Formats: sequence, structure tokens, C-alpha cells
Amino acid sequence: MEKEKHHIVSYKFYFFILIALVTFTFMSIGITRINLGGYSVLGAMIFSVLKSLLVLTFFMHLKFDQPIIRIMVGFVCLVFFALIFITFLDYYYR
Amino acid sequence: MEQIIQHSEAHYDPEGAKLGMWLFIFTELLLFGGLFIVYSIYRFRNPEAFRLGGEELNLTIGAINTIILLVSSMTIAMSTSALQLKNKRLTIVLITITLLLATVFLINKYFEWGLKIKHGIYPGSAHMLNDFSQGEILFFGLYFVMTGLHALHIIIGMIVILAALYKVQKGTVNADRPSLLDNAGLYWHLVDLIWIFLFPLFYLIH
Repeated sequence: MEKEKHHIVSYKFYFFILIALVTFTFMSIGITRINLGGYSVLGAMIFSVLKSLLVLTFFMHLKFDQPIIRIMVGFVCLVFFALIFITFLDYYYR
Repeated sequence: MEQIIQHSEAHYDPEGAKLGMWLFIFTELLLFGGLFIVYSIYRFRNPEAFRLGGEELNLTIGAINTIILLVSSMTIAMSTSALQLKNKRLTIVLITITLLLATVFLINKYFEWGLKIKHGIYPGSAHMLNDFSQGEILFFGLYFVMTGLHALHIIIGMIVILAALYKVQKGTVNADRPSLLDNAGLYWHLVDLIWIFLFPLFYLIH
């Protein structure tokens, strides 16, 4: 039987991902410190999305897994965004 | 060689196990997703009260806990690599570090919550009902429910990781059968992922 080839990620690579994650954390704290009004939430959320992409892609191995799992994750995210969108449509036009 | 021996043993399907774990993670994402929607609607309706509430929270503790969780995510990810590289000793060390970091996270959370409760800020307290606006009550209600549910996930994650640690030590989780540790890692990253969004939404409102 063909054995699934397992991609082994180096320790160093994981460490670089951590550095990026910590950097983004401090940047998100920084961006909410400067007064951007309503945009500071947006700024913090952009950093959160970037961080979650790093965690999903590398820590959770989506990059090295079968495409089916990536497709499923993408689909679930779409469902979630649709849910947010529809909820806010309801609130704006009520 | 070993491969052949193992196929005659108990059924083992790493891809199936991984797929199952992801399906479970999706239900968790939608559970927290629902709460995030509740949060955003209430914040949309009470922007000023949420800002006041957010200023009550301790940014330093929140930031320290964020770093702790990020580091613990890295150590558990490294432990799966160490297992693949057949370095059992390092695997055990890395898993243990992850568990210690999780404990520190919970201790911080204990003091953070403890201080709030000491100041009379907890769901249903007289101080909140008398002096807080409706929006602030909603903010702290969501704060306790969402960080509480997250802390519960930390505890469950620790139990799963502890089980993986035991089996790595026993040798039943090894380079040829890493599923339990891989899936424990996936669960731990999910806990990290949720915190990545909880942190700015509660601690970074100005």
C-alpha cells in the first residue's frame, strides 16, 4: 500500500512563523493605539486574519495536506461570512 | 517492514482521523462564530458602552496570554515534527512545555477574572445591575461567556494533550502512528485561533 508522504516541517520554520505571529500581535496593539476612529477595528481585524491564515496554513498543516481539507475550510469560512453578511443586512434595513 | 506488521494489527487510518478532526473543528468554529456574530451586533448597537467596557480590561494580561498561546502553539507543532523525526525525548519535552504554558494561561485568567469579580463585575452582580448601562452589562456578559468557553476549551485541550503525552511515552503514539498527537495539535491550534480573534475584540477597544 502506498504510504502517504508526511511532510516534516523544520523547527526553525515553526520558529519563524511564531516570530511573524508575535510581530502581528504587537502591530495590532500598535494600530489600535493610534487614533484611526472606526478604522482601528478594521486594522486589528486585518492583523487577526493574517495571523489566523498563518496558523491555518503552517501550524495546522493545510499547506501540506490534501486539497480536500483546504476546500472544506474555505467553504466553512464562506458560510460564516455569508452568515455575518446576512445578519448585518437584517440590521441595516430593519 | 514495520508497516506490514502494523497492518495486521488494529485498524489505523490517519487521513480519516484527520478528516474527522477537521469536521469537529468546523462545528467549534461555528459555535464561536455564532458568539462572534452576537458580539458584533451588540457592539454595533452599543459602540460607546463596549469602548468603556474594553477599557476596564487589562491589556497587559491579555497581550501576555496571547504570546503564551502563540508560543504553546509553536511547541506543540514542533512536537509533531520531533515525533516524525523519531526524537521521543524532545517530543515529550515539547508537549510538556505546551502543557505548562497552558497552565500559565489559566493562572493568568484566574487572576484576571478574580480581580473583576472582586470589583463586583460578574454577571448578575448588584454593582453591574445598579451602575452599569445595558450595553456594558452586555459587554461583560459576552466577555465572561466567550473567554469562559475559551478557557473550557483550554482545559479540554490540556486533557487531550495529556492523553497524547501518555501514549507517546508508552510508545503507542510514534512516528508510524502519530494521529493522536497530530489531532491534539490541531485542537490546540483551534484554541489559539479563537483567541487570536477574542484578544482584539475585547482588549483592543479604544
